[in-house]
Amino acid sequence: MDLTWSVAEAAFRAEARGWLETNLAAWRAEHGGGTTSGDTREGFAEHLEWERRLFADGWAVVSWPEEHGGRGASLWEWLIFEEEYYRAGAPPRVTQNGIFLLAPSIFEFGTPAQQAGILRRMAGAEDLWCQGWSEPNAGSDLASVTSKARRVDGGWVLDGQKTWTTRGAFCTHLFGLFRTDPDSARHKGLTYFLLPLDTPGVTVRGFGRLDGDEGFAEVFFDDAFLADDAVPGGVVLGQPEGGWAVAMATAGSERGLTLRSPGRFVVTAERLVALANEHGDPTLRRRAATAWMHADAYQQQTPATVTTLTSGAKPGAEASLTKLWWSELDVELHHLALDLLGPEAELEGPWSKAWQFSLSGPIYAGTNEIQRNIAAERVLGLPR
Amino acid sequence: MRFSLSDDQVAFRDAVRELLAKEATPAVVRAAWDAPEGALDRGVWDSLDAMGVLGVLVPEADGGLGLDETFLVPILEEAGRVALPHPIVETAMVAAPLIGATTGMIASDLGGPLVPCAADADQLLLRWGHTLALADRDAVELTAAATVDGARRAAYVTHDSTGEPLTDDPAVIALALDRGALGSAAMLVGLGQAMLDLTVGYVTERQQFGAPIGSFQAVKHHLADAALALEFARPAVWRAAWSVAHDERTRGRDVSMAKAMASDAAELVGRKALQCHGAIGYTVEADLHLYLKRTWALARAWGDTAHHTDRVADALGD
Repeated sequence: MDLTWSVAEAAFRAEARGWLETNLAAWRAEHGGGTTSGDTREGFAEHLEWERRLFADGWAVVSWPEEHGGRGASLWEWLIFEEEYYRAGAPPRVTQNGIFLLAPSIFEFGTPAQQAGILRRMAGAEDLWCQGWSEPNAGSDLASVTSKARRVDGGWVLDGQKTWTTRGAFCTHLFGLFRTDPDSARHKGLTYFLLPLDTPGVTVRGFGRLDGDEGFAEVFFDDAFLADDAVPGGVVLGQPEGGWAVAMATAGSERGLTLRSPGRFVVTAERLVALANEHGDPTLRRRAATAWMHADAYQQQTPATVTTLTSGAKPGAEASLTKLWWSELDVELHHLALDLLGPEAELEGPWSKAWQFSLSGPIYAGTNEIQRNIAAERVLGLPR
Repeated sequence: MRFSLSDDQVAFRDAVRELLAKEATPAVVRAAWDAPEGALDRGVWDSLDAMGVLGVLVPEADGGLGLDETFLVPILEEAGRVALPHPIVETAMVAAPLIGATTGMIASDLGGPLVPCAADADQLLLRWGHTLALADRDAVELTAAATVDGARRAAYVTHDSTGEPLTDDPAVIALALDRGALGSAAMLVGLGQAMLDLTVGYVTERQQFGAPIGSFQAVKHHLADAALALEFARPAVWRAAWSVAHDERTRGRDVSMAKAMASDAAELVGRKALQCHGAIGYTVEADLHLYLKRTWALARAWGDTAHHTDRVADALGD
């Protein structure tokens, strides 16, 4: 056991911290403080400018190889960057569904042509990717998707509907699961597609999430012809009919450490501890300490996971436990925030917005009920 | 950065695990419930001593292994896993580094007013005003206490004096208390793991409605919650071991967090384990109660969750 950082890692941290401080100040100055939500049209545009600033100096995707726009940072350095990112109070990543969910699958399943044509543009926020998995009748039961794709000369014809697509109304591209074998059932016969949202026959309709922001979209496919070369390197990721395996690899990233780095929660917990100290109520102060411990425990468990991963292990079903922890932690933190604000918690503001957003955590990326099933069956080995 | 046990730490822990599996069986724990005062069987204790476990924190020059808390904590998890009745936290974690030697079995009142194995120990490490002192068992008066966990073998200790103090340095005493809290946190993680493993085994075997009850979602969710609590308590305990070993500035905070989280996790696992066992768990015939009752005791010894949470709050407020 060695819980110290190397000299090189400390230098990396200092460099990241310095860059974030300077550039956040500049970006905020340009955008009236940069407080508009990235899940609104206006805020999204501001956040894209932030993303391009990150990319220009090589901080958008630190752990990616340089050829794809990263700086080849180790997992440890990535973790350090994430810590510094949230400590600096930098904004949520509007590119996250691309860089954190889709990209790991493209690295694993993509052809060299797909990698070369997609990743760099994604990192630079030129192409903005959203997820097309859920359908009105396929949520937790993802394998029951019915949207379909039919092979035709030079491409595919897509029909069906996707929904709950985060930031779909502002994105340019979609990655999703379609049934390519009409006689197939469940996990078989699904193909993983990559497509531009301006494909004729594709209609995107944004709608309000719980907090009212247009953060959700539903996407309709109406005899939409998707040419084989609509995306560099081809529109199918992995093998045709092999989409389930690709999707499960993506789901592993979504549930695990890539989407929700602990830095976010620790920073929120620290702010709540400060608020509780100001407030003075001993019960709230104790709750704040408990919430801080839960956030810090996540901060400790993450290096334990990274140690396992750097020893060559692949992310496994333990990611389900991680997802349960951070999502329930986020609710705990923001519920405490409401209690600290008292009767004024009902005001529109950053805390009430974050409270509403925290409630999505136990639902998206596989509901927590599904995660508990996975943890019980695949971590504990209980019978199916 | 490497947040995992080293090969040496794993090898040592596994050797202790193997020993305890043979020599600290549920039958041995049950025997500790029934043995007369002062007559706790020392078979497994002597084996642990022979292996060097009691002197992990004692310098090599003084006959110990000269290792630190990151070695001892995984071993104490193993002691928790078998609900070891002997005062291993008091002896190996608290007294040995304080005395700088291993001097037999030591009980202590530092963890609370009920002193486990008080009549069985060779000496007692006692708080006397603002000092710590070692007292011979014959020099103090013991009043046996009927505890829920019979293997605690606890007594109240009264004494007029304690002889020569070991220390009156508040920093040394604070470190001893932190070590006790850390050691009991490690035991609690082990107890939690034991109860979870026992329950996973039970719900996989037990059939109702023509299926193993572990296939039912309600049961799965109980045990996923139990696994979740342990998954996040254990790194907190290991980190605290590191902080104590390296005298980090955050030592007190880290230890208190470890104890609070381990106590809460083990108690949660205990509740889930009992519920999933059903009626058989609500008996003294099934082994579950051996772990459950120790958990209740240790969750409140060496400072309860409220105490340690407030200590974390104080540290964060500074």
